[in-house]
Amino acid sequence: MSSHTLPAPGDTHGHDDHGHHDPNLQHHFVEMAQQFDTAKLGMWLFLATEILMFGGLFVGFGLQQAKFPEAFKAAHHHLDRSMGALNTVVLLISSFTMVLAVWAAQTGKRKVLITNLALTLVCAGTFLVVKFFEYSHKIHEGLLPGKFFHYAHGQPNEYIFFSFYFMMTGLHGSHVILGMGAITWLLIRAIKGDFGPGYYTPVDLVGLFWHLVDLIWIYLFPLLYLIG
Amino acid sequence: MSWLTTVDHKRIGLMYLWSVLTAFLLGGLFALALRLELLTPKEDFMTAETYNKVFTLHGAVMVFLFIIPAIPAALGNFVLPLMLGAKDVAFPRLNLASYYVYMTGAIMALTAILTGGIDTGWTFYTPYSTTTGGAVTLMTFSVFVLGFSSIFTGINFVATVHKLRAPGMGWFDLPLFVWGTYATAIIQVLATPVLAITLLLLAFERMFQIGIFDAKLGGDPVLFQHFFWFYSHPAVYIMILPGMAIISEIIPTFSKKHIFGYRAIAFSSVAIALISFIVWGHHMFTSGQSQLAAVIFSFLTFLVAIPSGIKVFNWVATMYRGSIALDTPMLYAISFLLLFTIGGLTGIFLGALSVDIHLHDTYFIVAHFHYVMMGGTVIAFLAGVHYWWPKMFGRMYNETWARIGCLLVFIGFNVTFLNQFAMGAKGMPRRYYSYLDQFQGNHIGSTVGSWILALGLFIAAGVLMASLRKKYDAPDNPWGSKTMEWETQSPPITHNFPNNPVMLHGPYDYNEPVVRREA
Repeated sequence: MSSHTLPAPGDTHGHDDHGHHDPNLQHHFVEMAQQFDTAKLGMWLFLATEILMFGGLFVGFGLQQAKFPEAFKAAHHHLDRSMGALNTVVLLISSFTMVLAVWAAQTGKRKVLITNLALTLVCAGTFLVVKFFEYSHKIHEGLLPGKFFHYAHGQPNEYIFFSFYFMMTGLHGSHVILGMGAITWLLIRAIKGDFGPGYYTPVDLVGLFWHLVDLIWIYLFPLLYLIG
Repeated sequence: MSWLTTVDHKRIGLMYLWSVLTAFLLGGLFALALRLELLTPKEDFMTAETYNKVFTLHGAVMVFLFIIPAIPAALGNFVLPLMLGAKDVAFPRLNLASYYVYMTGAIMALTAILTGGIDTGWTFYTPYSTTTGGAVTLMTFSVFVLGFSSIFTGINFVATVHKLRAPGMGWFDLPLFVWGTYATAIIQVLATPVLAITLLLLAFERMFQIGIFDAKLGGDPVLFQHFFWFYSHPAVYIMILPGMAIISEIIPTFSKKHIFGYRAIAFSSVAIALISFIVWGHHMFTSGQSQLAAVIFSFLTFLVAIPSGIKVFNWVATMYRGSIALDTPMLYAISFLLLFTIGGLTGIFLGALSVDIHLHDTYFIVAHFHYVMMGGTVIAFLAGVHYWWPKMFGRMYNETWARIGCLLVFIGFNVTFLNQFAMGAKGMPRRYYSYLDQFQGNHIGSTVGSWILALGLFIAAGVLMASLRKKYDAPDNPWGSKTMEWETQSPPITHNFPNNPVMLHGPYDYNEPVVRREA
């Protein structure tokens, strides 16, 4: 052993991997705070990748809209603003209940945590039900792109608007479903009593993810439903 | 069996190492087949369609299965936590997931190769890629999946460097390998998602005709090129930055001198990462983008030369009056200096608008990016494999034969690709299975070069494999290096260090006398 490595202060007998510390602490971290900060940093990096992924679609949409402003304006009249607005409200409420869930986990209020996670799930489900009705209406009108497209009226380039509409809301919808899976997992662990003031990292991270899903919709709604 | 469920960064690194080496072998065999077909101007043993498929597979396998994961996921995984004095990467399970995602992508790619192949080139340009037959959709999904493995590695490395440094290790005490892989990880996190959405749109275009890249339906095929290069130009730096990072370790170690311009090298890695995001348009000078955009992209492209030049000059300055030992890793590092400089300088020719119009889509550009990707990244990867081999496997290899392998690689590489510069400048277009008789001399030279190169690589592989038959014989620090991974035994124990390491001196403090222990 060279002079390069010395035992760390307070660790003279080497690191004890199965010692008497928090069972949630992984072996390669020194303390819970370090583990929490690291996990949070990782989540933020993941959220950055999500923003860039949706960013590609936003840029593509912007370019095509600048190219065919009239067609995009005409096409967006097929969207139901009141349904879009309803979904916006539903997702905003779900973000609020998610914040309450994180707070409940931090303060160790298990029942409040379970209630709010369940409420968040209900809101997410409502969002998908509304979206389902919107989609089936569009498909019925023949606005689904590709070989399903048989809407003969309107401007020639409305087609591309619906390609973006279905890609963007579809990708967002799949994130809602992923989020519901994650929240269900939290709910099961919350019922088992896994979370408390000492350990609430998963609730916090899923909360961050859920807010991003909400935020993307906040941008999608005016972009797609409120043109002109 | 314990290997399949391990979350140990060292084992995951080694599994990645064997996987990327297999991909390298596969991609290399494709390359040898291409060179053999090009020995004569006529059709020898491949039809034009087969040739298109083989060069596509050579490119796609080398880029997505070999070079991108090679240094970060294989060597980086093994070495980075050791260099930081950490027990593991920040997210060990995510690390294992990254490997399984990689394997899933690789299996999908192999399936695509076996069930129809792909003839689009590795760039999947529309509209050809949306209309041609073959397994393009599956290959697109394969690359989509591989992207996630790259993102996972990137997230892991950024978080590890931020949060798991040994006590006393500040940002400017980090080995430059860490700076380089950190810059790489930033690009992996920020660029790969754009490729993901691009490939998703391409796959949907093929499956459902959504028309976003189809001019007939109001879409824009050039948009695909913008999206693709917004990822794939930064991806070029995902490939070269970790190569540069390895060179920054090897040159001070074998010159027994403190690295010259530590901060300049560290910041130039970050500068290259940032500039990489604003130069993608130089792939599209002939794709009909506006003159103004082309001029701006050309100017921005020249900027890349500044941080790259800073690195090269600093490496050379480190060697100046150093006590240079010409062991195999150092020989590869010196090869890197020569080859990367040629690759970098020819990049400036291609970044100049008017010159690029002449050289676009010729063998000149093929030679240029092989000088950077192979002469740069692959040579640096080989340097790193030889450098860390004793640490990874606990055995020393036969130095004489390893040097012979390196020499043959260097000679073979230059014979292969200098010929391609020459015929490219004379107008030989890339991606043709047949050519005019006047180019045959250069083509023969290039093909013979590829045989020398292959011989060198097989010797290098044989030397390394032969060492594995021996008992553990590597000392902890065979090269007398100063970075932390050499402080633990070879190969390292499960949790890396017997005690929690503390930073006591910098990674390049060669001022105190060093006694080199012979193997």
